[in-house]
Formats: sequence, C-alpha cells, structure tokens
Amino acid sequence: MRTHLRMTPLRAMAAVMLLAPAVLTAQTQLTGAGASFPYPIYDKWFHEYSKAHPDVQINYQSIGSGGGIRQVTEGTVDFGASDGPMNDTQIGDFKTKRGTDVLHFPTVMGAVVPIYNLPGVATALKFTPAAIAGIYLGTITKWNDPALTGPNKGVSLPNSDIVVVHRSDGSGTSYVFTDYLSKISPAWKEKVGTNSSPNWPVGLGGAQNAGVAGLVKQTTGAIGYVELVYAVQNTIAFGSVQNAAGEFVSASLAGVTAAAAAAAANMPDDFRASITNASAKTAYPIASFTWLLVPAKIQDPAKKRILVDFLKWMLADGQNMTEALTFSKLPKEVVAKETKAISKIQ
Amino acid sequence: MTIAASAPTQAKARVPDSGARALVRRLFSGDEIARALVTGSAALILVLTALLVQELWMNSALPRAKFGWHFFVTSVWDANAGQFGALPFLYGTCVTSLEALLIAVPLGVGAAIFLSELAPPRLSDALTFCIELLAAVPSVIYGLIGIFVMMPLIKDYLGPALKATLGWSPLFSGPFYGVSVLSAGIVLAVMILPFIVSVSRQVLLAVPGDQREGALALGATKWETTWKVVVPYARRGIYGSVFLALARALGETMAVTMVIGNAPQIKASLLAPGYSIAAVIANEFTEATYDLYVQSLIELGLVLFALTIIINGLARLLVAGTTRFSVNSA
Amino acid sequence: MTEADRLKVRRLINGVMLTSTGVCTVLIASVLLFILGYLLVKGARNLNVAFFTELPKPVGEAGGGLANAIVGSAKILAIATLIGVPVGFLGGVYLAEYGSRGFAFAVRYVTDLLNGVPSIVIGIFAYTLIVAKVKHFSTLAGGLAIGLMMIPIAVRSTEEFLRNVPNGLREGALALGTPKWRALATVVIPAAKDGIITGIMLNLARVAGETAPLLFTSFSNRYWSPGLQHETASLPVMIYTYALAPYDDWHRQAWAAGFVLLMFILLINVSARTLLARSRHGGGR
Repeated sequence: MRTHLRMTPLRAMAAVMLLAPAVLTAQTQLTGAGASFPYPIYDKWFHEYSKAHPDVQINYQSIGSGGGIRQVTEGTVDFGASDGPMNDTQIGDFKTKRGTDVLHFPTVMGAVVPIYNLPGVATALKFTPAAIAGIYLGTITKWNDPALTGPNKGVSLPNSDIVVVHRSDGSGTSYVFTDYLSKISPAWKEKVGTNSSPNWPVGLGGAQNAGVAGLVKQTTGAIGYVELVYAVQNTIAFGSVQNAAGEFVSASLAGVTAAAAAAAANMPDDFRASITNASAKTAYPIASFTWLLVPAKIQDPAKKRILVDFLKWMLADGQNMTEALTFSKLPKEVVAKETKAISKIQ
Repeated sequence: MTIAASAPTQAKARVPDSGARALVRRLFSGDEIARALVTGSAALILVLTALLVQELWMNSALPRAKFGWHFFVTSVWDANAGQFGALPFLYGTCVTSLEALLIAVPLGVGAAIFLSELAPPRLSDALTFCIELLAAVPSVIYGLIGIFVMMPLIKDYLGPALKATLGWSPLFSGPFYGVSVLSAGIVLAVMILPFIVSVSRQVLLAVPGDQREGALALGATKWETTWKVVVPYARRGIYGSVFLALARALGETMAVTMVIGNAPQIKASLLAPGYSIAAVIANEFTEATYDLYVQSLIELGLVLFALTIIINGLARLLVAGTTRFSVNSA
Repeated sequence: MTEADRLKVRRLINGVMLTSTGVCTVLIASVLLFILGYLLVKGARNLNVAFFTELPKPVGEAGGGLANAIVGSAKILAIATLIGVPVGFLGGVYLAEYGSRGFAFAVRYVTDLLNGVPSIVIGIFAYTLIVAKVKHFSTLAGGLAIGLMMIPIAVRSTEEFLRNVPNGLREGALALGTPKWRALATVVIPAAKDGIITGIMLNLARVAGETAPLLFTSFSNRYWSPGLQHETASLPVMIYTYALAPYDDWHRQAWAAGFVLLMFILLINVSARTLLARSRHGGGR
C-alpha cells in the first residue's frame, strides 16, 4: 500500500510530461530529412521560420542525401533534401510508392572544398584536377608527389601518406564531387563514375559531411571533401581548385555564383542542373545546387499550406540569410522560375 | 412457504451449481481471469517473438531468392550494382569479437580467480560491485570514450608499438589511422570484461570447499589447487561466461560503429578499417534506397539473430548446470 | 631435479601466477575506474543549467542544450516500462505460479531467445512492424522497441523472486480458503515485492542507454516532440550524433549528455542493489 501511494506524484509528473507538449503547443510539426550539405543553412532557416511562425516547427534531420531520398519515397518524412538530384529510376520509384510526382526545389548553392590536415603547412594548397583525381583513385599516395608540389612551389609538403577520407553514406556531396571528377578525369569516369555511393578505390569513410570533417580534423595527413561551411565553422584548412579556365579558385560566394550563371539561364523545368566544372573564368569548379524534394500532392492541408508558405519564405527572406553561412543565393532567374513552380504543389 | 425461503437474510446453504451455470461462474471467477491474464501474457511473449522472426524472414525474401547461399560467401557490397554479400561483415563481426575474447578472457578469468580465491571477501565484493556497475554502461558511452580517449591512445602509443615490434606480420601491416578492427576489438574487450569477471567469479565461488581442501591437503600450492582443481571443476560455467560475453560482443552496435572505420573490406591486417553486421545495419538502414538493398540489410539482421541464438543457447547450456541465477548466489 | 628444487619451482610458479591474477584485477579495475572517472570529470565540467533547460541551437552556434533529449528519453523509457513490465511481470507470474510443463518450457525458452536478440535487430522489427506501416517515425515506436527489450528480464526476475517466496506462505493463504489469485495478489507478490521492484529498476537501467533501436523508430527532433506520434530527441541518439560531428561545442554537449545518462543509470543500479541487499538481509516477510 505504501508503494501505491508513493507512485501518485510520479504518475502526476508522468501525465504532465506526456500531455504538456500536446497541450501547450497547438503546433504543427513537419519532418524533413536528407542532405548534410546544406544542413547549417536549413537548420538556421527552420529556426528562423519558427520564430516568425510560432505555430510551426520543421524538424530537419541531416542523415545524408541517400536517406532523404529513401525516407521521402517511403513517406516517413514530409519532405526530403538532396544535392544529388534524384535519377529517373528513383523518380519512377517515388511515383509508384507515393502515387504522385516528386518536385525538386533548389534552395541554395554551395561549394565542395578539399579539406586537409597538414599541421606544418600554413598556406592554402592549390589542387589541380589531375591531383584530386589521382588522390581519390589511389594513384597519388604521398603529399610530396609532383602533382601536388608542382602548383605549390614554396610550400614544403611532407613525405607522408595521404589519408583519403570520403563519405560512407549515400551522399549528394559525393554525387557532386564525383560528378566533377567524372568531368575532369576520364580514368575516374570509367573506373568509378558519378554516384552518390561510389565504389571508392581507396580511403576511410565518414558519415555525413560532419563525419568527414571530424575524421579529417582528427587524422594528420588526411584529405577529404565537404561543403564549405563545414570547413569554415570548424576552422579546417581547405585548398583552391583549378577550374576549367585554368585559374586556381578558392571557394567563395562569388565563385559559386559565377559557376551557376550559365545554368541559371538554361534551367530545365525540373530544376535538375549540374554546375560543376563551369567554364567561366571566376567560376569555382566544384559547386552545386541543392534541392528540397517535395511531393507534388500533399494530403494534409495544414502541411501543404506550411510547405508552400515555407518555400515562398525561403525564396524571399531565406535567401538573405544564406551568405552569412557561406552559401550562395539562388540566381534571380531561378527564383522567378521556382516561384511559379510552387503552384505545382497540390 | 418454508421459513428458509421467506427469510432472504438467512445464508443460503451452499449447494454446488450444476452444468452451464457452474461453467459461467467459474469462467468469470477471479481465478480464471487471473489465469487467463497470465497465460495470455506468456502467450503474448511467444507471439511477439514469432512475429519478430516472421517479419525478419518475410522482409528478407528478395535477397534470399536472388543470392541464396552466395550471400554468405560474396565479399562484394555494392549498392549501385545491386550486389550484396555478407562476407565482409561476417568477417568484421567475427574478428572483432574474437579479438575481444582473446583480450578479455585471460584478463577476466585471471581477475575472477583473484576475486574468488585470493581477495578478502569484503574487497572482493566491493571490487565486483564496481566491475558489475561497468556492465551497466551503455554502448554509446563506450563509443564516446572510444573515440575521444581510447582511439587517440591506441593511435599514438599502441599502434606504433605494435608496428615496431610486429609490423612484419600481415596482422599488423599497412597504415594505421586509429579507426580499425584493432580499436573496435579493444573497445569490445573492455565492454565484455565485466560479464566474464562476474559470472566466472560466481562459478568459482560455487565450487565446493572440500575440493580445494582436498587438493591442499595433498600438498598442492594455492595456484596448483586453483588451476588444476577449482577451475576445471568450474570449467563449464567459465565457458558459459565466455559464450555470454561473445553473444554480447556479436550484437554490439554503437561502440563498434564509432571506432571501426566502416569500410566493407576484408583485410588481413588488424590495423585496417573494417565493418560489422550491426554497424552496417545502423549506418545504412535509413538510407537504403531500394527494396533489395533494405532487405539485404534485414537478411544481415537475420544472420546476426541466428548467430546470437546459437551462441546464447550454448552459453545457457553451460552455465545452467553449474550455478543458479545470479541474484541468489554470493 | 631434486624434490626440494621442484618444490621451489612450484612455489615460484605459485607466486608468479597468483600475482598475475592480482595484476589482472588491478588492470581491469584501473581501466574501468579510469573510464568512469574520465566521463564523470569531463561530463560534469561541461554541464550547465542551459543543458537542462534549452533546446539545441542552430548548427554552428555555440550554446543551447538538450532539454528535449532528456524529456524524450524519459518519455520513451516511460512507454517502454508501461509496455514491457506488465507483460514481463505477468509472464513471470505464469511461469512461477501457473506453469504447465510444455508451455512453460516453451515460454522460458522463447524468453531467453528474445533476451539474446541484438538491439539493432529489435530496431529493424519495430521499424517493419510500425514505422513502415504507419509511415512515420514516432516516440511510441521507440518505446515499443525498448519495451520489447525489457520483457525477458522482467519475466526472469519476476519468476526468480516469486520462486524465492517460501511455499509455506502460499499454502497458508490457500489453506485459509483464499482463491489462488487473491493469495498471489495479497500474499505472495507482496512478499517478493522488493526483489521485483529491484528487477524493474535494473531492467530500466539496462535499457536506458539503448541507441540502435531508436535510430529507426523515434528518429530525432531538433525541437520538443509534439506528441507520442512524432519523432523525439533522446539522450543516446544525441550523444551519438554529437560525438561524430566536428563541432567542439557539440562534443562538449555529448560529454554532458553522457554524464547525465550514466549518472541516471548508476543511480538506479546502486539503489536497486542496495534495496536488494537490504531486503535479503532483512529477510522475507
């Protein structure tokens, strides 16, 4: 009997805990999952959007583009996110499983940078396309290989092994990176190709952008590829990459915007465009759009209203927040085209 | 009318009901409800477990049909080509578990011997209490400590030491980045030590005193008594504890995936990164983009399930005969 | 070799081997104490009020806390206990008090089987059974997965402690004409009460840190979870996520979360064992 009485305060607490959130918040919560590439800006956006619209919360989980595509196709999340656009098979799969089309909405443009961990090297390294391809193909194994020392005269590179780090999960960032490598290296294109889960010839795997950044940060002599913001936020050194015009360009807002200029003018209706290895002189070669994956038909009217409203907010207010986090704004033409495309959501 | 019938307050003589009414009364009596309730719960456990096996089996139909037995001998895990083989994960799971046992069993049994034969009872109890508390530390926390504490130590001290002394052997060849089969094995060893120590100590304590006294009376040294009489007597229980620990090691997910390197490859060197069944499921399950992929992961889960059933079964068989369940002894 | 020499060798071996067992113990004890100590120090250092009261801040911004993960874990464990303990308890009562030969053997066997299932496989099961069918992640699914893991231990410990109750008590009650169910509810079970509660507590401590099943069931949440049908943050999942990320601030929060989780588990363990020791020495009722 004593135990029985003692339980009552516990039961009361339990009731409060379980019911309170439901009672206090007449809120709608949406869930999205996917790309880690834009995670910092998405997280910021969703927080800001929630501040502006206190009755809405959008819970975004960075599980990798592969996860985003899978979960939105299964319908376990309300929207997905990926920087590798869905291919035709995946789009077909979506249509079969969800009974409606999937729409790609570009949100920001970002840069994939080669990060490295060389404590003795103070200046930013210059990477030629051949060097990056060689490193990831496993043909270049030491930091003082001629392919690296050539463009970096005056920098003393150690005679140590290059520890290659790549993504272990299905990744849009990998898609962008391998898309670039396929364009600049026929050997890569033949051996591995463009893929979000490539068969990496060499290297260690980290999960999401965060995992790769973490591994590189901890491992001396490591090289990896992450979205620019991860290098900046974690003060990890990153190098400049030689673009198609022969210039060594360090990732920047301007460089990415230049990369998108040509594509912006000729944006296809489904918005699936690649901007790697752009030909402009100031273009940063490993740049990409990243997309939100939204079903064309949304059953729940409240969720539909929120998603539509968020997309409009994202194209207006949201675009003003991107640069602080080193993501480039969408070109005006793309914004205009997208605003029209929002009406496709039923 | 008789007086009995006209006096409703008078207690009725208890005449047993007959036939249907008796059945109904019995059915709704407290005892039958209680019996139904407890039997129902017991049955529910059976149903849930059957459901578990059924779900695993049904949801792994595609790869079983497509690959059959080849699933267990193929070392290719290629989501793009739709080729899935379990070998790298079986290898990683087995090697890390074996490594953990090789480290933990001698240490654990040694400590168990000390705690049961040599240490004064209060010290033994206190130390065992501490060691058992460590069995309570969750896997993810071992992973946390693995990444930030153990791996740097292994990378900076143990790795170079091993390479310097044993670098010639294929087991310790190749570059070492910290994340590796070696690190995973060491973390697992630390995790399973408490089980081995705790159970071995109990079985050793359960060995009757006259065994020891007999040996000592014959002039054996303490060590000889322990090693040649007590331990063999408790042999089954100790094997049981080893199997229990092995079963735990096989299924460990978080600590392993945080330090093993997550590379689906089979390399002779312990210094190379690897992958385990539990780790690949944890990493790839939410992103497997098509059915064959998901189901291959589920088939891996089925394999792990089967492995742990077998090992656990052996463990129970061995331990059951030698000591009663923990809360009652010592 | 003479008898005396052989004796010397034997004594030497004796000394060496016994010392080495001591060394093993010292090694293990020090490694384990080091682990605990490191976590406690590092975790406690990074603990602050914000950790308990604030939600996570946007990625890259320092500060914030894991209040939602603490509440989320509490919810999941509460659901798990509500599901796992009654089923396990009643199953244990069946095995101890009612068991019929064949069926009881099957139940025991299957319970042991379920106990050995790796947590990740339970996660897969909960995913295919619930998440895939209702098409969303939920706290409920997470609670169910963990609850499933609690059942076998609840069964075994309940059965064990009930069996310890002396038969005299049962027979005394039955002799007084009490129906069996009533004898159980008012005499036998209360007699085993301490042990059963201890069992529940140890059970809870065991599953509190489970991460793998939650990855596919309760997923995670950057905000408060609006209800049981939604995803929720939980301490183990957040520790995992934050530990693998490159942000130093997240690492600090991972240590703090690890500290809170471990303290919770250790406190339950210690209280349970003290309760058990006290009840055993105080004698049964």
